Amino acid sequence: MPSTRDIRRRIKSIKNTAQITKAMQMVASSKMRKAQIAALAGRPYATLMNDVLAAVAGNVGDFSHPLMELRPVKKTAVVLITTDKGLCGALNSNLLREAGKFDKDTTVYVCAGRKGAQFVSRVKRNLGAEFTYKDSPLFAEARAISRFVQKLFLDGEVDSVEVIYTNFINTLVQKPEVRRLLPIREIEGVEAGVSGEGGGKVLKRTDVEYLFEPDAGAVLGNMLPHYLNFLVYQFLLEAKASEHSARMVAMKNATDNAKQIIKDLTLEYNKLRQANITKELLEITTAQMAMG
Amino acid sequence: MATLKLEIVTPEAKIYSEDVDMVTLPCVEGEMGVYPMHVPLMTQVSSGEVTARKGGTDYHLAVGEGFVEITADRVAIMTDMAIKSDDIDEAKAEEARKRAEVRLQEKLSDEEAASVTAALAHSLAQLHVKRRNRR
Repeated sequence: MPSTRDIRRRIKSIKNTAQITKAMQMVASSKMRKAQIAALAGRPYATLMNDVLAAVAGNVGDFSHPLMELRPVKKTAVVLITTDKGLCGALNSNLLREAGKFDKDTTVYVCAGRKGAQFVSRVKRNLGAEFTYKDSPLFAEARAISRFVQKLFLDGEVDSVEVIYTNFINTLVQKPEVRRLLPIREIEGVEAGVSGEGGGKVLKRTDVEYLFEPDAGAVLGNMLPHYLNFLVYQFLLEAKASEHSARMVAMKNATDNAKQIIKDLTLEYNKLRQANITKELLEITTAQMAMG
Repeated sequence: MATLKLEIVTPEAKIYSEDVDMVTLPCVEGEMGVYPMHVPLMTQVSSGEVTARKGGTDYHLAVGEGFVEITADRVAIMTDMAIKSDDIDEAKAEEARKRAEVRLQEKLSDEEAASVTAALAHSLAQLHVKRRNRR
């Protein structure tokens, strides 16, 4: 049976915890708003880019770009976009579960975010490189990652490049997704709609024959690397929006739980206090009756 | 009369999306005018001025480098910068131009030089559009 003092002490410590989680929730929610706006703002550009490439890729005749070259897949690079910090619910463990599915011997991991790098070294897999990205990702950071994997691919060190990231659907739902980055064959939609549709599906191809100016090689040669850079950038934005949303929800749950525990403990404390008072009263009255 | 749907998007936002009668674009191989029913064309835009004609009025925008997809009823411009001429802050653009020019004097890595050159082209395009349309 705990004494009233023990319960009081516990209530106090849980109150402190609740205060901290509440503060973290506030921070995450303000960051979340910014990150969400950034992620959503990038989508029209991404969608348009996708549409255009999807329409064009099928109509270039016998033109082929090195980035589109299809080889038998012996080695794969996986770009793993995780968070730097924990305390964001199941976000990272969901991502890492996807990451663990790749074959141990033929996969090289390229990590963005510390959690992914920690995972790769913990399970002793092959870590190709580790990149960092800021709270509001910069295009230059995305370009560095994209350049690195493009180089791996063009040098023939890997034959395909996959990306694992969290697709931001809404504040409550974020979905870990695996996306093929290289070789560029089927152009896929980057983003999911509000209902989660649209992501990952192969976009329509038109039968319109395009003219190129100056020529297909020059236009696509400029466009494809830019497309990849931008795609990685959009992935980073989506990942950040997801991270802050997940963290806010996790912290909100923690705060709510703490409040519930405080409520339960307060009830127990009051009961115990009341029981003690009743016991004392009983003792006094019994003593009086014995004297009388 | 048939119209063209002109869309201009940047990574930050969709800047412009309207039906227009005619568009003039700064392409890598020179200025290009596009009317409805144009043959499907893919090309690159360089930084400069985009003019959209709508009901006899011209609307001007400054754009950065990017790509453009032209179909019979649509012109889609993807660029890293786009700003309407009314929204251009001339003092700011001038300042950006000076800053970029100073930076170019320094010794820069290829990457930095490219981004500074792009910034310079952006501010020059903005100034060009702003000044021309005041006259």
